[in-house]
Amino acid sequence: MKKLTRRSFLKKAAIGGLAAAAPLKMVEVVYGQGAQEKFTFAVISDAHLTHIKGTKFVRNFDEGLERAVTEVSFMDPPPDFVVFGGDLAQLGKKEELEHGLEKLSKLSLPIKFVIGEHDFYLDMGEYWQKHIAPLNYSFDHKGVHFVVLNSILTYDSWINQFKDPMERMLGMARLDNPHGSPFIVGEEGRRWLKKDLAKLSPDTPIIVLTHSPLYKIFKPWNFWTDDAEEVQAILARFKKVTVMHGHVHQIIYNQIGNITFYAFMSTAWPWPYPPTYTQKPSNFPKITVMMNRADPFHERDGTGWSWAEVAAGRVTHHYELWENTPRTVYYDEKLGHPVDKDYQDPSKRIPPQIHY
Amino acid sequence: MFNKILVLLAVFGLLVFASNARSDEFTKEDLKKWREAFMEVVKEGERLFHSPLGRNKVSCDMCHPNAANTHPETYPKFQKQLGKVVELRDMINWCIQNPLEGDPLPLDDPRMIALEAYIKWERRGVPLAPGKH
Ligand code: HEC
Ligand SMILES: [Fe+2]
Ligand SMILES: [Fe+2]
Repeated sequence: MKKLTRRSFLKKAAIGGLAAAAPLKMVEVVYGQGAQEKFTFAVISDAHLTHIKGTKFVRNFDEGLERAVTEVSFMDPPPDFVVFGGDLAQLGKKEELEHGLEKLSKLSLPIKFVIGEHDFYLDMGEYWQKHIAPLNYSFDHKGVHFVVLNSILTYDSWINQFKDPMERMLGMARLDNPHGSPFIVGEEGRRWLKKDLAKLSPDTPIIVLTHSPLYKIFKPWNFWTDDAEEVQAILARFKKVTVMHGHVHQIIYNQIGNITFYAFMSTAWPWPYPPTYTQKPSNFPKITVMMNRADPFHERDGTGWSWAEVAAGRVTHHYELWENTPRTVYYDEKLGHPVDKDYQDPSKRIPPQIHY
Repeated sequence: MFNKILVLLAVFGLLVFASNARSDEFTKEDLKKWREAFMEVVKEGERLFHSPLGRNKVSCDMCHPNAANTHPETYPKFQKQLGKVVELRDMINWCIQNPLEGDPLPLDDPRMIALEAYIKWERRGVPLAPGKH
């Protein structure tokens, strides 16, 4: 277990308004054993920093990201790295991306960036690739092969209808756009993924980080990747595959074949669960115990961040929910799917977990 | 005497009916016209719901796609943070003032009626459940 040096502690303590808070003690609970060295990484996602004008940004969303950055900085022991799950900006503006990078620069940890559609559709990823990260890349960490896969592309026919970049951005930013277009990884991305995984043995644990879920939950809100089955097929030969994604702004977990899925929280706002929109049916995973209905009078309720403990190639996902009880979801080897540590049993559920 | 009054009332009533071309009957064209008038207000409500109504560029749909999680069927209900039973429009105004950092709408403002029309239209078919939390 690494200890904070005095210098790094002072540096961390100097961050922002919550400097008086004691370092967060992360309770290590590990479900699953194996030879592989265990480690943790933190996740911050869907910050949606929104530029108003000049140097003004939406206060609410700024504060969400700032709080996540501060709390991740206080993790003790520190995580090996931080994943940013996409949607740093609201409308892909340079001002928003730079504002976000400045806030994230308070972290003295490596950051693995995943692009979201809100970061992409103004300049088609130009700023991101130049100043932040590639759209597809992979890395190995303590025996696990991590893949960052761009899943927020869409069909050219939709993209080409716009002459104005901001119109295109607004068209994609509107979640309930009846004239929207589903996400895809696309042929090029799938080819890249196949090649990236080609040399690995089926025993290598794989963690794929994407922005949209690599399966189909609810098309009207783009909780959906159109070529998901083709991507899942590429991952099918591996024994331990976890896909972790942003975009949905809520706790969702699922198991499809060999793949375990976990969604990230947003630091900005929670989204309604798809079944609460009664006009259209959804494919919402039955095993997910929904998070508590948010109380809008507590601005940060329904938002948060998370950290993943990786042991023996399986993820235990700890959701740090502001203004609410934290949740832990882990992969149950016997059941073969993820379960909530406290609430999985229907008799343990509480009234706020019922959405309607 | 009493009977005479009744007869007089009945005759008067008939006259009113006759002069009013059967006010309890309406045509398919009427229905269509009224429906269109309503849907126009719904459409305006949808536009407002997807526009920045306050001072910070935030719009309702950012947190409520298709007006989900607004639960119009549960109003009026007790809002614990306001400490009393309130109507849907009170909560709409609360959201305009807080997440949108704007000024509340007068309760009879056409924009308020349009927002309510859109919110309820997206929730059509759900049984009324006043007071439900
Ligand atoms: C930053 C996010 C955000 C924005 C923007 C926002 N709301 Fe909300 N609102 C919430 C949350 C979160 C809830 C609680 C949802 C729940 O009950 O699960 C809520 C609740 C409500 C409710 C009460 C729901 C109930 O169950 O009683 C209404 C009505 C409402 N909002 C209307 C609006 C309207 C109209 C707008 C635009 C003027 C708006 N909201 C903008 C986050 C937001
Ligand atoms: Fe997002
Ligand atoms: Fe997104």
